[in-house]
Amino acid sequence: MAITAFLTDSTLCIGCKACEVACKEWNQVGCDGLNWSGFSYDNTGAVGASSWRHVKFVEQTPEPGFGGNAPQLNSWSFSSDVCKHCENAGCLEACPTGAIVRTEFGSVFVQPDICNGCAYCVVSCPFGVVERNDEDGRAFKCTFCYDRQKSGLEPACAKACPTGSIQFGELDELKELAGQRMAMLKQRGMTDATVYDASNTSVGGTHALFIVRGNPRAYNLPPQPEVPTVFLKKGWTSSAVAALILLSGTIAAFLGERSRR
Amino acid sequence: MFRGKPNEVSLPAEDRKMSDALRLPERPSERRLLEMRRFGEENRTLKAEGIRPPGAPFPQASPESGYYGIPLLKKPAWGWEVPVYFFVGGAAGAAAVVGAIADYTGASQRLVRDARWLAAAGSILSPALLIADLGKPSRFLNMLRVFKPQSPMSVGIWTMVGFSAASSAAAFGQFLRDRYGPSFPVRIIEQAGQAASLAFGLPFSNYTGVLIGATAIPAWHENVGELPIHFGMSGLGAAVGLLELMGHRKVAALAVLGLGAALFECWEGLRIETRSQAALRPLKHGPSGTLTRVGGVLSGPAPALLRILSFLGGTRKQTSLRTCAAISAILGSLLTRIAWIYAGRVSAEDWRLPLGIS
Repeated sequence: MAITAFLTDSTLCIGCKACEVACKEWNQVGCDGLNWSGFSYDNTGAVGASSWRHVKFVEQTPEPGFGGNAPQLNSWSFSSDVCKHCENAGCLEACPTGAIVRTEFGSVFVQPDICNGCAYCVVSCPFGVVERNDEDGRAFKCTFCYDRQKSGLEPACAKACPTGSIQFGELDELKELAGQRMAMLKQRGMTDATVYDASNTSVGGTHALFIVRGNPRAYNLPPQPEVPTVFLKKGWTSSAVAALILLSGTIAAFLGERSRR
Repeated sequence: MFRGKPNEVSLPAEDRKMSDALRLPERPSERRLLEMRRFGEENRTLKAEGIRPPGAPFPQASPESGYYGIPLLKKPAWGWEVPVYFFVGGAAGAAAVVGAIADYTGASQRLVRDARWLAAAGSILSPALLIADLGKPSRFLNMLRVFKPQSPMSVGIWTMVGFSAASSAAAFGQFLRDRYGPSFPVRIIEQAGQAASLAFGLPFSNYTGVLIGATAIPAWHENVGELPIHFGMSGLGAAVGLLELMGHRKVAALAVLGLGAALFECWEGLRIETRSQAALRPLKHGPSGTLTRVGGVLSGPAPALLRILSFLGGTRKQTSLRTCAAISAILGSLLTRIAWIYAGRVSAEDWRLPLGIS
């Protein structure tokens, strides 16, 4: 099976949220309340248990030519966020039940019939994607439309996207396409465009690539995401030291008492 | 044609004529539009301030302020059961170690028995607390379908299962011996259970430090190198305290262990307070910082001081001072675990850390 991926190009996104709606409808993800955030036109806030796609509305201070607005107005860009399907996935490594697996398409999938809701994946995701659904008790996130991909269909969000902002295809091809797109954008004077795929971190690259303009931080994309397994060596070394201290301390204390008797 | 009711605000005759010609309803808003039209005709340009709705100017996203300051990470979803489990598991693991070593070095059998009971009680309470916090408690056994060395939760669950079986066996052997007298099979159950509970108790008392240390939460993974020792010593302090409250206030070894644990907790508190990393903010500021400090004082300086005083004082005074130290250490251990989980929640909400903004 080919390794598939998303390429989400924020320069083509019009913020219509068709991806959010298509995802909710296809995957039958429940609603998560009607709350007005006050942050631009984004009332979803972040991806989570009940939002597997999330359109960010990034309003920034005026920069002439940015986003095609008049200079005195805020520039506005949109970017559809999704589970990154990391190469080294924190959630997958942390899952104690084996519910989270790597599929034949290279994506990270939570098997809902195995997940027991321990919520350890929630604190292990460096992108804050997977979340425990309080009503259901299990952890949920983007499935990369595993069911649709199994049938040879593209994910619902990519299919519903009206501008081609969300592209779906083979990872290698999309990486190449991202490079071409970058060259095109640079040629048009958009020198601030970057590809975000976390490939230079311990995450080892993602299966959801993003093209954003400006600093990825403004899109809540962390510059140095770390897969938590990098902390294991230090942690278990410390655990061994702790065990040694406990054992030797206890032996010394009781031997000391015996010698006094 | 619709024609609005004549308005009280009367338009100038000229405008009224125009309004009539255009068959527009006479409304105050029309007057404003006609003003604008006239201005535009006269000046060939029309500038407006635009509409500033309430709440403007609106928050913006930027490399300095992130995405409107919406947290990047998800908060730990655990309830109160998990920190209490950390406390119970830590104390039970340390109690098993103390009990086994006390038995091997020939300490009083009453102490050995009470330590076994303590370990066994904790080993039954631990899985109960953990299962209670699962989103799908009925699926606890799914944890036992795989063993994943790269998952501290998986390693911890298997350690807990091993510890529960071992310490229950040791306590069961103890019960059989107390009830029916010593015999060879009972001795086997007791000694095998005790040896295994020592082996499992050592990692069980501190693995929870690795569990929260190897995560994406900054306040936790920043301390991954110390958390297991910190939690292990906290567990030892609680185990010693509980054994003392069970009546072993004359055992010098327990006093020494309690003092050691308290002194380590002093050092750990000093380490947290003297470092200035941004990731440690939740441990020092706000309600989570207060809780961390209260837990720290109760597990470190307070019992350390009481125990040093108890070494100096007379026998009667010694007992009461040790009781106070024991209660302080137990409370401190529990509060410390609650404070760490609380600090993790606060840390996850701090959007600046994962974005590399301090």
